[in-house]
Amino acid sequence: MTMKQYDLVIVGGGPAGLAAAVAAKDNGVDNILIIERDKELGGILNQCIHNGFGLHTFKEELTGPEYASRFIDQVLERNIEYKLNTMVMDIAADKTVTAMNREEGMFQIHTKAVILAMGCRERSRGALNIPGYRPAGVFSAGTAQRLVNMEGYMPGKKVVILGSGDIGLIMARRMTLEGAEVKVVAELMPYSGGLKRNIVQCLDDFDIPLKLSHTVVDIEGKNRVEAVTIAEVGLDRKPIAGTEIRYECDTLLLSCGLIPENELSKSAGVTLNPITSGPIVGDNLETNIDGVFACGNVLHVHDLVDYVSQEAIVAGKNAADYIQNGTKADTKRVEIVAESGVRYTVPKYVRPEEMEENVTVRFRVGDVYKNCVIATYYDDELINKRKRPVMAPGEMEQVILSKKKLAEYQNLGKITIRIEEA
Amino acid sequence: MYDVAIIGAGVVGSAISRELSRYQANICVIEKEEDVCNGTSKANSAIIHAGFDAKPNSLKAKLNVRGNELMDAISEELDIPFTRNGALVVCTKDQDRSGLTILLEKAAINGVPGCRIVEREELLQMEPNVADDVTCALYAPTGGIVCPFHMTMAFAENANVNGVSFFLNTEVKHIQKNENGYAIETLHTDTNEVETYEAKVVINAAGVYADELNNMVSEHKLHITARKGEYCLLDKDAGAHVKHTVFQLPSKMGKGVLVTPTVHGNLLVGPTALDVKDKESLSTTGEGLAFLSLTSALSVKNVPMRQVITSFSGLRAHEDGNDFVIGEAEDAKGFVNVAGIESPGLTSAPAIGEMVAGLVKEMLSLSEKDNFVAKRTGLLHPQTLTIEERNALIKKQPAYGNIICRCEMISEGEILDAIHRPLGARSLDGVKRRTRAGMGRCQAGFCSPRTMEILERELGMSMFSITKNGVGSNIVIGYNKEV
Repeated sequence: MTMKQYDLVIVGGGPAGLAAAVAAKDNGVDNILIIERDKELGGILNQCIHNGFGLHTFKEELTGPEYASRFIDQVLERNIEYKLNTMVMDIAADKTVTAMNREEGMFQIHTKAVILAMGCRERSRGALNIPGYRPAGVFSAGTAQRLVNMEGYMPGKKVVILGSGDIGLIMARRMTLEGAEVKVVAELMPYSGGLKRNIVQCLDDFDIPLKLSHTVVDIEGKNRVEAVTIAEVGLDRKPIAGTEIRYECDTLLLSCGLIPENELSKSAGVTLNPITSGPIVGDNLETNIDGVFACGNVLHVHDLVDYVSQEAIVAGKNAADYIQNGTKADTKRVEIVAESGVRYTVPKYVRPEEMEENVTVRFRVGDVYKNCVIATYYDDELINKRKRPVMAPGEMEQVILSKKKLAEYQNLGKITIRIEEA
Repeated sequence: MYDVAIIGAGVVGSAISRELSRYQANICVIEKEEDVCNGTSKANSAIIHAGFDAKPNSLKAKLNVRGNELMDAISEELDIPFTRNGALVVCTKDQDRSGLTILLEKAAINGVPGCRIVEREELLQMEPNVADDVTCALYAPTGGIVCPFHMTMAFAENANVNGVSFFLNTEVKHIQKNENGYAIETLHTDTNEVETYEAKVVINAAGVYADELNNMVSEHKLHITARKGEYCLLDKDAGAHVKHTVFQLPSKMGKGVLVTPTVHGNLLVGPTALDVKDKESLSTTGEGLAFLSLTSALSVKNVPMRQVITSFSGLRAHEDGNDFVIGEAEDAKGFVNVAGIESPGLTSAPAIGEMVAGLVKEMLSLSEKDNFVAKRTGLLHPQTLTIEERNALIKKQPAYGNIICRCEMISEGEILDAIHRPLGARSLDGVKRRTRAGMGRCQAGFCSPRTMEILERELGMSMFSITKNGVGSNIVIGYNKEV
């Protein structure tokens, strides 16, 4: 079997892969291949037909497919090669990529660099251990979104939604608009997992109740869902007896979190962060394997696609730099420590000598914080405090690190980011 | 008029049908569900028991050990995924180790080869994740794991190829003795039509409902209790947590739960045991799942319960007499019961097939056919091929190059095979049980719409008639804005 040769292979043709490809090309890499498993480029954006995408990037409200098409156009203009309906089966530690499709069968590619941009999947009913029967009518919100928005089929007409992640909120509105009755959205946590604007626009505007600190305790129906019972949970997140409410319905949608799809990363030997379930990367978004970069929801689950695009551009640029100038793995690293309400940071470390002038560090908080500050320390010295009226786990936060400032601290041991009282 | 009508297409009915298909006889299998392997056979521990646990001289003991013996030849002949991974029954420091000696003695009487007691040091070599409190274990090298879906389907497909008719979605409502044998009145659950089948010999392999069928024709009443067992299935990432099937020594707290790898590389934890009134009660409970987590820790440490990808329940058909009930009902000539087939029923199935086929052969003086096809080829698994072989396959059938289920890496070619083989898949679960598409960590989130498109195209079904698992379990209910 002949080995195909590329400078850069991008695994995934969604928003992350597309923006990374454009950035790599604009930074001088010519021999790029995007591998996409679906029948078109654009990834999950193709089923996100609601608007609200691109406010940061394009200063206008686009639908998902429109946002994707802006980047697809850039890929096409640059004649970047891509393969559709092609599944990457394996990535070896030496960056041999094995892929397969109908026309070419199974083939191998040797590449100088890889960008991981596979996105994420939804947490399933099984992973949530929801008791009850296992009838038809239990869908992850994204599966229902595909059926309704891409295939035109209604999964049901009386709906209960568990989880207030953004896809669940969006689907509450979509199902309502398509003629279904959404009875309730139950959320295990005392706060929503989605964006504030989605609560307002998708639930409040349609009088759909959101029950915080509630979970599903029973699913009835041997063939098709007939009823779902929810109950309030205590501080231990266990159901409280006597608080059960039963809803007759034919559908239960689940929007209980997203999990980066890192099976290929693991096969390549990429080290993952147990908090994000994504690779551990530095400011250049390179993983522990030389020349393997990651961006988008495979790296950590984002709230807005604009940030995915920004991050992917960083990955594309750095992959180009790696291809042209080789590894800079030996350079000094300073770790970023997430503490006191900060669950994780991406990147996990910066390279003061090699980093860009400004590096955006993104993270999520573990609880709802009102009138608190994001504090940044260089070792024990407080460097920056930024006041935030509200922070919630559903929305990403960020800190910008400056190369110039870091250069003043030659013997810096660590950077710490914390949430503190104002 | 059939010579033999077998009621129930679980592993037992299917195994019997396959053994009987060796003979010149007109045979049918009547099944109320839309697919074979849709009751007790689909939701159990997927274990081939060694046979040390069954009461000596019982039918359970005899058929367990014989069934276990037959598995090597049968898995080879019928292409069934089967591995002898060995079984361990572990004893903790709070338990009386004489329990293991008793099992060892029973193993000797039952004729189970190779059993011995291993001490902690050796046990740790064999199974590093046994709990810290475990002191020793009974080791039974002939214990194994099997795919219960493929085992059942293999019997049924092979029987079908050898001329046995299968009537699915066909529920038995009444059985009446007549001059030639029996009239079996059925309801086709998909069309609501009533149809009567006549047969000289009826074999009652109706699982948890076998008592009801027996009681229609015999005054020797049977009573079967549905005993629910809940299970958790873990991600393949956790599949190597144990190599052997790890049982617990029964105690006052109950029979304990097992932790075992599956033949496909997942980890399985279960079952609970709770008698239930409703014979369709396949729900899981919060308490059951919590119990599994707690109890499994007594024998195996650090079971990564965070990696559970699904949980499910099965119902064992427990007969009051506590043994298999196999044979012609005394007061109903030609009516053969195969009832109370709870654990070790899956293991015993090949031996039950042999035994019941022998009985029926005598009853009807059957003679062997000369064109019996003994061999069945299972689904082609491209993952077992080299890249060159796989490419040759894709050249011939490009659908093998198109991955549909990304978690289990199942191609469209495998799904087509599942649909078009004898007694092929007609539902999402039918495809899942044959191919594993949808059985992985995303639990069909991504692939179910695509599998539905394939079913629609290949079977000429409307999207609205495609079901998860048979009548009433439709997936989509109308076009947008039209519900």
